[in-house]
Amino acid sequence: MSLLPEEIKKDFPLLARTVRGGRPLVYLDSGATSQKPTAVLEAEREFYERRNAAPHRGAHLLAEEATEAYESARATVASFIGGTPGEIVFTKNATEALNLVAYAMSNAATAGPEAERFRVGPGDEILVSEMEHHANLVPWQQLCRRTGATLRWFGLTDDGRLDLDDLDALLNERTKLVAVTHQSNVLGTVPPVERIAERARQVGALLVLDGAQSVPHQPVDVSRLGADFLVFSGHKMLGPTGIGVLWGRRELLEAMPPFLTGGSMIEVVRMEETTFAPPPQRFEAGVPMTAQAVGLAAACDYLTGIGMDRVHAHEEALVAYTLERLGEVPGVRVVGPRTTESRGGAVSFTVDDIHPHDVGQVLDELGVAVRVGHHCAWPICRRYGVPALTRATFYLYNTLADVDSLVDGVRKAQEFFGRR
Amino acid sequence: MQLEAMYQEVILDHYRNPHNKGLREPYEGEAHHVNPTCGDEVTLRVHLEGEGQDARVADVSYDALGCSISQASASVMTDLVIGRSVKEAMAVGDEFLALMQSRGQGEPDEDVLEDAVAFAGVSQYPARIKCALLAWMAWKDATARALGEAS
Repeated sequence: MSLLPEEIKKDFPLLARTVRGGRPLVYLDSGATSQKPTAVLEAEREFYERRNAAPHRGAHLLAEEATEAYESARATVASFIGGTPGEIVFTKNATEALNLVAYAMSNAATAGPEAERFRVGPGDEILVSEMEHHANLVPWQQLCRRTGATLRWFGLTDDGRLDLDDLDALLNERTKLVAVTHQSNVLGTVPPVERIAERARQVGALLVLDGAQSVPHQPVDVSRLGADFLVFSGHKMLGPTGIGVLWGRRELLEAMPPFLTGGSMIEVVRMEETTFAPPPQRFEAGVPMTAQAVGLAAACDYLTGIGMDRVHAHEEALVAYTLERLGEVPGVRVVGPRTTESRGGAVSFTVDDIHPHDVGQVLDELGVAVRVGHHCAWPICRRYGVPALTRATFYLYNTLADVDSLVDGVRKAQEFFGRR
Repeated sequence: MQLEAMYQEVILDHYRNPHNKGLREPYEGEAHHVNPTCGDEVTLRVHLEGEGQDARVADVSYDALGCSISQASASVMTDLVIGRSVKEAMAVGDEFLALMQSRGQGEPDEDVLEDAVAFAGVSQYPARIKCALLAWMAWKDATARALGEAS
C-alpha cells in the first residue's frame, strides 16, 4: 500500500483508546463520521485561544482576524475541490446544504424574475434515485409536496448500480432538477456522473450531487464534474461536526433566493422590506461556525498533504481485500458491487440467519465498530429485500489487519449464534 | 464474556422458537410499530374478553421482523400477558420498562417477570433497549385501541 496507515493512526488520538474490556479499537464506521487528526483539533483550539470573534462584524482587531480566518478557510475548501471561494457556502452539514437548495427552489415562487430557473410546480419533475441517503430524498419529496411537482427516481440493478436504461425517459424536458449521490453510503457505488450530467445539460435540468461520501474519499474537481451543485459534510472528512458545504456554480448562486434569513445575509434592511447580500453571504445567515470552518480547512490541508489519490488508492485496496475475505465466509452476502470498479469504501453485507444488530453486537464486543441498520437509506434495504445491513466503511487510517478483525468477528458471530 | 450476559440462553430459545407468533383472529386492537433507527417492525393484535381494565387478555398474536432481542422479547411478552387482566398485564409491562431503564442496576423480580428477567443485561446497552421494548409498546398501543382509548 502506498499509505502507511499505522503511521497515520498516530495522528488520531482517539484511535489509540481501548474499548469493551481493554480491547484495541477497530474503527470501521468512518462513513458515519470520521475521526479527527491532532492538526484539526489544534486548529480549532488555536482559533478559540487567539482569534475568536464574530467574523464580518465590528472593526476591532480580533474581528478582522476572525474574518480573515473564516474567509481563508473558505478559500482552502474551494481549492480542495477545484472551485473558487465565491462558490462555497458554509452550512451546518450536507443535509442542510440540500435543504438550502430545496427551500430556495420553493422560495423562488415569490422571488424576482432572476429566480425563474429555480421555480417548480405542477407538471415539473424532480429526479432522484433509489440509492439516495434520506438527506438527498426527503427534502425533494417535501419540495414536491409543497409545489405540486412530481418526484421520479432511477431504479437499481441487481448488482448495486444505478439502472440508467431509462435515462432519457426519466431525465426529460419536464425535469427541473436531478439529485443523485456521488458515492453511495451503503453500496459504495460511484454512479456515472458524466452520463447523467450530459443528459441534464441537454434538457436544461439542474444537477445536484451528494458528495458526502465522495469528497472525503476521492479526488473531486468541480470544474470537471459537470454538476451545478455539490454538497458535503466536514465531519466525514476529518473535520469538525457542525460544518458542511454547498458548492454551486456562481451564476446560479447569484440568481438563487435565500433559504434562512436574518443577520449577515442582508444588503439593506428597512421596516418594510429587505434586500439581500450577494452569495455566498446571502446563504449564511447568523454568526457562522467560524472555528469549525477553520477546523475543516485544517482537515483539507491534512488530506491534501497526504494526497487524495493515495487516500483513494488505499481505500480501494482495503475494499478489494474485504470483498475477497468476506467472500470466503459461507453465508455472507455483499449487497453492492462485487468489484472495486467505480466503487468506494463502503461494504454492506448480510449474514444468513443473523440479524445485523446481533452481528454488530458481537463485533462491538470484539472492539470492532461498524454500522448496523438501514443506514438512512431505507429504500435500498427494500430494493434488496433485507430488513437491515451490516456496513463497514474505511478511511486512510484503516489497515488490512482491521479487515481481518472484521472477518474474524463475523465468523465469531456465526459461531456464537450457530452453536447455541 | 459480556455476550453471554446479554444473549442469555432463554433469550436465544425464544428467538429460535418464538411463542404465539403469527397473526390471528379475532382481535379488537392492532398496532404496527417500527424502530426507525434499524428498521425493525412488529404488527401486533390483541383479543380481549370483557370490558375495561378488568378485561382478560385472551390472545396476543404478532408478526415481527428484527434482531434476536426484539424477537425474543415479543415472544416472552405474549407469555406474560396472555391470560392476565389488562390491569395486571400493564403492571408487568411497567415492571419490564423499569428494568430496561435501570442501566444494568435493576434487581428484577422473577416472580413478576419470569423469562423476561433474562433481559436485565440488555439494559446496559442503550442502543438495544428499544429492541427489547418494541413489542411491549405495540402491545400497549393495541390494547388501548381494543379498549377504545386510542384517538
